[in-house]
Amino acid sequence: MILGQVVGTVVATIKDEQLAGEKILLVQLMNAKREKIGRPLAAIEVVHAGVGDLVFLVRSREAALATYPVQGPVDLAIVGIVDTAEAIQDVELELPFGESFFT
Amino acid sequence: MIIAKVVGNVVSTIKHSCYAGRKLMIVRPMHLPGDKPDDDFVAIDAAHAGIGDTVLVCSEGNATRALVGNPNAPVRSSIVGIIDSVSIIR
Repeated sequence: MILGQVVGTVVATIKDEQLAGEKILLVQLMNAKREKIGRPLAAIEVVHAGVGDLVFLVRSREAALATYPVQGPVDLAIVGIVDTAEAIQDVELELPFGESFFT
Repeated sequence: MIIAKVVGNVVSTIKHSCYAGRKLMIVRPMHLPGDKPDDDFVAIDAAHAGIGDTVLVCSEGNATRALVGNPNAPVRSSIVGIIDSVSIIR
């Protein structure tokens, strides 16, 4: 799952019938430091998120499962509205050669 | 699985039902010296990890669906272990 922010809405009247009735929002994926990842993408949503909300999303097959039992042709779905998402910054991410122990 | 650090957590009250009662953590993959660090993502905690822990993350939907016990849950990544040590030959 990945974090994202809803930055707009998308209206498409002519679309696959399995998408009928689905709300489509424009989402900018981002990391915990709110830095953008890629370009804004269209996502269906199942939790009534609004523009400006911080959300978390699922991609590919999981997105189609978000509207189970209907499994439409979607590859990005908003599955939760985030209240808080805090991350510590100075974390050593380098895995050195040799032995390293993590207490 | 991915070797990653838990760098934060996500609190969400309005979410898909399959996430109910699940702790959501923000994890960031670790990398070898000289490689470019990856972006972080969200994983369901199934190993009682805390912020700062080094963990094993499984990022495949079917395994995580089995873990939450719902074959149709829109879930992808899960923390499945807490790492004690890693050794890498050059």
